[in-house]
Amino acid sequence: MDWRLWSLKKSIWVFHVNTGACNNCDIEIVNLLTPKFDVERFGMKLVGSPRHADALLVTGGGTRQAAIRLREVYRQTAKPCVVFCMGACACGMGIFEKGYHMAGPIDSIVRQVDPHAIIAYVPGCPPKPEAMIAGVVKALGVLQPKEKYATERIGQPVVADPR
Amino acid sequence: MIDAMQNVFWILVFPGFVFTLAVGLLASWLVRKVGALVQYRVGPPVYQPAVDVMKLMGKEILIPQDAHRATFVLAPLVGFSGVLLLSTVLWLATAGIDYVGDVVVAMYLMVFPSLALILGSSASGSPHAAIGAGREMKLVLSYELPLVLAILVVIIKTAGRIAPGEQLTLAAIAQHAPVLSISGALAFLVALLCVQAKLGYVPFDIAESEAELAGGVMIEYSGALLGVWKLMQAMMLVALPLFLVVVFLGGIDASGLSLLWGIGKFVLVLVLVILIKNTNPRVRIDQAMRFFWFYCGAVLAAAVILASIGSYCDIAWL
Repeated sequence: MDWRLWSLKKSIWVFHVNTGACNNCDIEIVNLLTPKFDVERFGMKLVGSPRHADALLVTGGGTRQAAIRLREVYRQTAKPCVVFCMGACACGMGIFEKGYHMAGPIDSIVRQVDPHAIIAYVPGCPPKPEAMIAGVVKALGVLQPKEKYATERIGQPVVADPR
Repeated sequence: MIDAMQNVFWILVFPGFVFTLAVGLLASWLVRKVGALVQYRVGPPVYQPAVDVMKLMGKEILIPQDAHRATFVLAPLVGFSGVLLLSTVLWLATAGIDYVGDVVVAMYLMVFPSLALILGSSASGSPHAAIGAGREMKLVLSYELPLVLAILVVIIKTAGRIAPGEQLTLAAIAQHAPVLSISGALAFLVALLCVQAKLGYVPFDIAESEAELAGGVMIEYSGALLGVWKLMQAMMLVALPLFLVVVFLGGIDASGLSLLWGIGKFVLVLVLVILIKNTNPRVRIDQAMRFFWFYCGAVLAAAVILASIGSYCDIAWL
């Protein structure tokens, strides 16, 4: 197996992006770090900067305000990276589907930046921590060395102010 | 030619790069594992730090548009080579190979990682990193004075006890254990806290503070450059406790069973550092400065006076 892919799977550093979530999914994500679930066993840990991250853990449906920031954060993340949509809102906007303030579900926002982005979905309101771990394991299982997981930088420059 | 080859071997293979790196990755696993056990978690497997670095080596390197490219790229390498030389000097001193003035060289080399961090984060052009660099600078100003005073205590303690004609080198200091006296024990305590600050661990992780600065000094680093920073931190985890062992605890003797005792001393210092890390909250930068200058400074002034009296009146336990 490709050493890059192998080590990526063994050490996923996660950056948590809240795009207008009600904080319920966020609480369940923090639950993953507690003694009961302890995802550090698998080498996962939360990091503070998207530059360090291998996975973006996105919660919330993606409001118009947050969509700009989400695209910016995705551009700033060092590739290869995986996007996890956590919860019903992130997967398909949930109960806010017809809201005036929504900019579309997370996958469409991210695909505006990178059409080849690897996106995994964990539905639930909120998803159980077990479901999140299962989602991460499944998503990492389908990554292939030949697949285009190492996307090139998109031609957009990184700007300080997203507007 | 043979000498040069031997020096290269020392730096690159045995006490230097390969050996220190292996021990360092093991030590950083110990940090995460003990931290996890303190919190009733299981913690990562033993190969985790190595896999982390491997993964970072395979990732993309992003350089911000505003960054000063050369400084941004070179800073991790500068810090890394500084720690590499430091650990080589210390391991060689443990083995009895030393030269005049290696105490001063070791003290200079210990500032290298902090300087490199300040350089790299200032070059990245990020406001978070700039705040982190400012805090790191203040932290260096805070702990350098107590550290120098602590080493001064050790030198006063050992200078009177080495044989005439012998040089005061790290290997000569390592023959004695100043921690077994009152002033030496005070100096060891303060130096342990200085090492804590040098490693950037809680309660002195003010420059990195994940919660407010989101990684602080390293925020803009990614990919292989971040990997080099991680390697540097892993090697510091070997070099700085080893420095404490050599200077305060009587060094590591490589012959027979006393090697085990030496390794025991090293692990003891490491576990002390980890336990302080896991049982304390972060302090503010002004609290850290006040702590190091006024409290640690006063304690060490007393220790210096005690040590001087002890060496003047020839009382070993003072």
